[in-house]
Amino acid sequence: MAATMANATRATVLKLYREILRESKKFTGYNYREYALRRTKVAFRENKSLTDEAKIKALIQEAEENLQIIKRQVVLSQLYKDPSLVIEGENAGQR
Amino acid sequence: MLPGICRSTVGAVRSVVGVSRRHFLQQSSSLGTVAPKLEDAVTNEDTFAGRALYMDAQSTTPLDPRVLDAMMPYSLAYFGNPHSRTHSYGWESEEAVEKARAQVARLIGADSREIIFTSGATESNNISVKGVGRFYKSRKKHILTTQTEHKCVLDSCRALEGEGFEVTYLPVQSNGIVDLKVFEEAIRPDTVLASVMMVNNEIGVKQPIPEMGKICRAHKVFLHTDAAQAVGKIPVDVNEMNIDLMSISGHKIYAPKGIGALYVRRRPRVRIEALQSGGGQERGMRSGTLPTPLIVGLGEACNISQKEMEYDHKRISALANRLISKVTGQISDVIQNGDPDQRYPGCVNLSFAYIEGESLLMALKSVALSSGSACTSASLEPSYVLRAIGAAEDLAHSSIRFGIGRFTTEEEIDYTAQQCISKVTALREMSPLWEMVQEGIDIKEIQWSQH
Ligand SMILES: Cc1ncc(COP(=O)(O)O)c(C=O)c1O
Repeated sequence: MAATMANATRATVLKLYREILRESKKFTGYNYREYALRRTKVAFRENKSLTDEAKIKALIQEAEENLQIIKRQVVLSQLYKDPSLVIEGENAGQR
Repeated sequence: MLPGICRSTVGAVRSVVGVSRRHFLQQSSSLGTVAPKLEDAVTNEDTFAGRALYMDAQSTTPLDPRVLDAMMPYSLAYFGNPHSRTHSYGWESEEAVEKARAQVARLIGADSREIIFTSGATESNNISVKGVGRFYKSRKKHILTTQTEHKCVLDSCRALEGEGFEVTYLPVQSNGIVDLKVFEEAIRPDTVLASVMMVNNEIGVKQPIPEMGKICRAHKVFLHTDAAQAVGKIPVDVNEMNIDLMSISGHKIYAPKGIGALYVRRRPRVRIEALQSGGGQERGMRSGTLPTPLIVGLGEACNISQKEMEYDHKRISALANRLISKVTGQISDVIQNGDPDQRYPGCVNLSFAYIEGESLLMALKSVALSSGSACTSASLEPSYVLRAIGAAEDLAHSSIRFGIGRFTTEEEIDYTAQQCISKVTALREMSPLWEMVQEGIDIKEIQWSQH
């Protein structure tokens, strides 16, 4: 029982993680895009071996809220495109 | 001969030892004509494509997308006046404002009732200095501050001097920090307020606010601190630090411009004479309808910076160290201004000897930088903060401030360092002073002809 529960949580977390990364890549602004990717990776890694059920649940909830924020802000960033920066090179800002 | 050298190096090295102040100002007036030529020589290889990188986090910061997201509903559906008491439109806005007030208070260890919303740190500083001064003027008429404060504090003090107050502008040591002994000795029986900035906006040094708090409490003097560059970046607790008034600015912590807060202690109570007459909002201390969306943004920014402080601080420190070690590893004669330890790491102020900051800024077009505070960057005057730490005129003129923030990347640091190294090297190659130094001539010994 506990094992299947853990497996279910693991799948939820992985799905959330991938979805947040996928959405984050859509920011037209270099700095926001990089930040979202970096911060997400660090946060998920930091809590990788968490076992406290309540904490995990709270973090999943927070990640879901963040995903919604990212989705809305990505739309905004596509409506009002960020100009690409000097370090971005050829395909910058075309995402 | 020597005046000739002088003139030909105007763009690269404006100030030389022994040149009189007046002479120096005349020279700077020709900068406009000399600089573009110089700029061509230094930057012709990079007609860069794209927008400059942003490395000026002390002047302002971009909005955090989470902040904007929290604000949006209050710019759209929830537009009510938070002071409207008769309908739900008002209640919704009021609830949002009070939530934000609690978020600001929590970040600094205060009570919600001690937070007043203002338009920014400039207004908070004005209310603190003038408001406290005027309220207690019948009993106490002396104010203590430092020479490295933000202009809005210095000018508020000047205004009070015009009203019969006496102000002591304390010097700082060469590391930018006020000597506590000098501070305590400057307190008089009629001192009402001490106003000292927590983190300096130009050189990033931290003043010993907790120690000053103890001293002020013992002498029954109110302590105001301009924490525009500190709150949200380093831990601040108004009770542990014995702070009586504190200014906060939204746009330094990824919230919008035009919003800020003032902490005013309730116990022991600090009284203020309001600067603005009106509807009596904010307990009479700051009349005017509260801008709900901006306030919600400030609250969310405080909430985020509380959660992210440790991560941001660690990361920004690492980026700052990376920048400093790359630059100093490749260029000699670089001086870091301000105390090396008692500082906020995200503000790196470097002087590059033998070249001029203004020329370097122009050469570094692909990075948005400044030589100091935005308010003085229009003038060619060297920064009064750098002069106060006793930087020689030439070093005060050759400084650049690198502002690193939450959204700065490693790639940006590397690009900035590399640009900096190549431009400084190129500018120095054109500088006769640098040439003399390379030949072993001690330029401090040269008697420049006066004319
Ligand atoms: C230390 C300090 N105080 C005050 C201010 C002014 O703040 P605001 O723009 O919020 O009025 C700034 C920034 O400009 C600052 O760096």
